[in-house]
Amino acid sequence: MDTLVENRAEIWEGFRLTLWMLLVSGILATVLGTVLASFRVSPVGSLRAIGTSYVNVFRNTPLVIILVLSAAFWPTVGLNSIGVLGYSTFVTFAVLGLSVYTAAFVCEAVRSGINSVATGQAEAARSVGMTFTQSLRLVILPQALRAVIPPLTSIYIALAKNTSVAAIVGVPEAAYVMRRLSNKFTSDVYAIFLGIALGYVIIVLVLSGLLQLAERRLAVAR
Amino acid sequence: MSAVLFDVPGPQAQRRARIGAAVAAVLATVLVGLVLWKLAAEGEFESELWEDLRQPNIARAIGQGLTSTLSAAASAIVLSVAFGAVLAVARLSDHRVFRIPAVIVIEFFRAVPLLLLIMFVFFGFSNLFSDYWSLVLALMLYNGSVLAEVFRAGVNAVPRGQSEAAYAIGMRKSQVMGSVLLPQAVTIMLPAIISQCVVVLKDTALGVIIAYGDLVFQANLIAESVNHTIVPLALAALIFIVINYSLSRLATWLERRFAERGRGGAGGTGTADLQLDPVRGGAGD
Repeated sequence: MDTLVENRAEIWEGFRLTLWMLLVSGILATVLGTVLASFRVSPVGSLRAIGTSYVNVFRNTPLVIILVLSAAFWPTVGLNSIGVLGYSTFVTFAVLGLSVYTAAFVCEAVRSGINSVATGQAEAARSVGMTFTQSLRLVILPQALRAVIPPLTSIYIALAKNTSVAAIVGVPEAAYVMRRLSNKFTSDVYAIFLGIALGYVIIVLVLSGLLQLAERRLAVAR
Repeated sequence: MSAVLFDVPGPQAQRRARIGAAVAAVLATVLVGLVLWKLAAEGEFESELWEDLRQPNIARAIGQGLTSTLSAAASAIVLSVAFGAVLAVARLSDHRVFRIPAVIVIEFFRAVPLLLLIMFVFFGFSNLFSDYWSLVLALMLYNGSVLAEVFRAGVNAVPRGQSEAAYAIGMRKSQVMGSVLLPQAVTIMLPAIISQCVVVLKDTALGVIIAYGDLVFQANLIAESVNHTIVPLALAALIFIVINYSLSRLATWLERRFAERGRGGAGGTGTADLQLDPVRGGAGD
């Protein structure tokens, strides 16, 4: 217990980094995933193929590999130093890795959301003369996004837990702090684990609470 | 195609779609080509690298890594199913003594990152469990908890009439569960269990944190020895993709088969009531 109190500054720093990665890669993954989902439902064959291959590749690869490859890939193609808001470059690489991985899951959630919209809605939109983009933007996506909040909630929760994998590529977030403290204070492993685990449990609970709130707020009678 | 978004396209729309497809295909090819060209220009595909990779000890290392990955995943999935079944039965129990601890265990292990569990078992019981068992037990705790919820959903998806009929002919609670509900639930849940295998297989890669010699660990070693990261790790990724993609296809196929049988069978088994997404409920772990 004392170990946790004595190292609270380091633990807090770790969780701040965890939350930062969760926020940024959550936003990036949502944007990229939605774009990919629109590829997967488009009438253009090669876009569908691109979306499908993206999903199959990134969903079936372990996150660790993606993070290690991300750290090696970006510098090779010329992105050497992209620290954002004082966070170091390798945090950014981890965030990019987390984003491309999570985007595959977001894509599938959004796609099934789009498919859950009743056919009549789109038929009505088309019959009043809306184009493909109009019917998607004004009629289908607003409904699909509501249907998509529950699966997105579990994706964001998984993302919150997945940020811990960045510890493997040396990002000093909460799981990394746990490993460091466990190595340093071997007699206190149980307290350290429970303390850090509690932090993650709180993040997960707050996240699912917020998204449930959003779900209820956005709910419309259909 | 999804009829939600567009009608059956006419000749003009078909032509436009074909042009769009060609443009998108060209753009994508150019983009991928540029990336590959840049990687080649940076010397990621040098001929020495391929000579290094053709050495027999590299193949042996990959084989060893793959064996370690598969054996850890196999033990983990068997133990997870068993642990998940126990948790699910406890969760569905009428007695609070069983139900409440099961809920706590399930919710806790689902909320804590697997990486933390692996490190905890490894560091916390270092004199008890090897790296292999630390990984397998951590995988069991997490995936068992996930599967417990899958099992619960599966049992609840069996139509109520089934258990009512079983009670009506005088079966006991354990008989109703054992010989009526579970056999039907297992059929419904099989695709979800296979999808969970994909998750387990991917998650064995987290063993690198405790230096378990799995595929990713070996690929990292190779990457260090040949001084190139991208090709060896992409190779490891490819192996994972092939295995996991096949498993996902198997899950989808089984699900479709059960759905057809459910429709064809007398009264239906209620397969359609259960929204078990083949796209892994765990979403992203």
